[in-house]
Amino acid sequence: MDTIDVLVRLAWLAGASTFVIGLMRMNSPATARNGNLVSAGGMAIAVGATAVLLARDGAGLTAWLIIAVGILVGGGLGLYTARSVKMTAMPQLVSLFNAVGGGAAALIAIDEYIRLVNLPETTPVTTTVFVVLDILIGAITFTGSLVASGKLMGLAITPSKPVRIPGGQLVTVAVAAIVVLGSVFLFLGNESLPVMLLILAASLVFGVTMTMPIGGADMPVVISLLNSFTGTAVAMAGFVLNNVVLIIAGALVGASGAILTKLMADAMNRSVLNIMIGGFGGGDAAAGAAAGPGGSVRELGVDDAAIQLAYASSVIVVPGYGLAVAQAQHAVRELAELLESRGVDVKYAIHPVAGRMPGHMNVLLAEANVPYPLLREMDDINPEFDRADVALVVGANDVTNPAARRPGSPVSGMPILDVDHAKNIIVIKRSMAPGYAGIDNELYTNEKTGMLFADAKEGLANLVAAVKAL
Amino acid sequence: MNEQLLTNLTIFVMAILVGFAVISKVPATLHTPLMSGANSIHGIVLVGAMLIALHATEPLGQVLSLVAVAFATMNVVGGYVVTDRMLQMFRRRPTAPAKPADEAEG
Repeated sequence: MDTIDVLVRLAWLAGASTFVIGLMRMNSPATARNGNLVSAGGMAIAVGATAVLLARDGAGLTAWLIIAVGILVGGGLGLYTARSVKMTAMPQLVSLFNAVGGGAAALIAIDEYIRLVNLPETTPVTTTVFVVLDILIGAITFTGSLVASGKLMGLAITPSKPVRIPGGQLVTVAVAAIVVLGSVFLFLGNESLPVMLLILAASLVFGVTMTMPIGGADMPVVISLLNSFTGTAVAMAGFVLNNVVLIIAGALVGASGAILTKLMADAMNRSVLNIMIGGFGGGDAAAGAAAGPGGSVRELGVDDAAIQLAYASSVIVVPGYGLAVAQAQHAVRELAELLESRGVDVKYAIHPVAGRMPGHMNVLLAEANVPYPLLREMDDINPEFDRADVALVVGANDVTNPAARRPGSPVSGMPILDVDHAKNIIVIKRSMAPGYAGIDNELYTNEKTGMLFADAKEGLANLVAAVKAL
Repeated sequence: MNEQLLTNLTIFVMAILVGFAVISKVPATLHTPLMSGANSIHGIVLVGAMLIALHATEPLGQVLSLVAVAFATMNVVGGYVVTDRMLQMFRRRPTAPAKPADEAEG
């Protein structure tokens, strides 16, 4: 090990440390941006050090050309998509970056295996194990993430609704058998590129059959899981190449993705296993099961709603998935500012899974220039509903259903916002259609509730106009 | 099992534990930027892609490493830029009134 080796290793160590420090600084909104920049700086150091190593090892013109072209093309695409994406489309972009990250990890394993097979000495089984794991996880992530991203974009080949592939279970069993038998064959000390490619093909198919049957509403959990997979695939690539910085960074992401996935699934009152298996089995069983008789619903006019809001002393806004879909974050901020200018105290109650991912609603509202101290988390805001004059629910459904407090309902046990404790409740919603859980929301038949039937954006715009006219 | 592998395994397990410890403290507000930030970190796979480009002598290997480098760079650059875009919007007080252009975005 010469001086350059030592310096490169130290630079990689520095890079890995900045990733940890960067994640730690994401603990608070005040330091989060700085944390991300620290992490990006560490990435630049790690990549720069790798270039130095390549130069020392006598990389030829071809190698430099490959790297330069790859970085220009990939960097350009990354920069363009990241700059142009709308904040509501964030989940599909994260999924796309998962796909390319996992794909790169799988490609590394394939390339390395081709090299190892061509060497005169036999490949140690310990290396083969990590090559197989890298290819398996990386390939599943690649196709799985592309399908997930396509589903959220609403592409025709990947419809958002659960797709039952004819004979899908048979295909799943077949590809699983190929992976297991192929791995056993290779782990017994055999070297075979065709078998490895067969495992790759089976994993690619599995990524599709795994994600296709899952509905769009569950996609964020799937994307988070695939984020964790990508990290793990990268760590496996680190084992294949004996590279510590890949192992550390991959393991960090693997662990963080796993925790996030669990948090998301918990907030939806489902288990990760249930979501993944739900795709293979029934899945729609819950829908319609508990749709009992409704009870009476009170419809509220825009002017009445505007009067209630304008003369309240405290209003809590409860934004949900419908607001994100209607891209009404700017409209809700406008209404809130208008009310504040009239001396109304306005806060936002953010359920952990509001939007399309945990914390997604915070991003959307931040984009609309809502100061983050006004965004209150569930446990923090729940006691305040008792004192609120009006709770304004925009496009949120299951997360406000009081039925969750009793056993026997599909949403039982799910943490909810105590919207029904407010003195008056205004719900902006397009129709009485049930939410994701497929059950009626008891909040809508509450005698304190007035329903304002409208698209979130249009309803809010009408409210703004009506309040201005007062 | 050789020494190198044992060292790697040790580092792997420790890094997982560090990941758990660091992440579990992040408030829900920041979960989406966090997911995106973690997403950019696995772009470190770029280092691996550059290393395999060094040995790429056959055309097949060259194509594989080219695609790997491009994929990984897209992950790195896109991940950091989009995370920064998200985080710069988290402000204690709005600095400028929302432009009318923002409204047109929907």
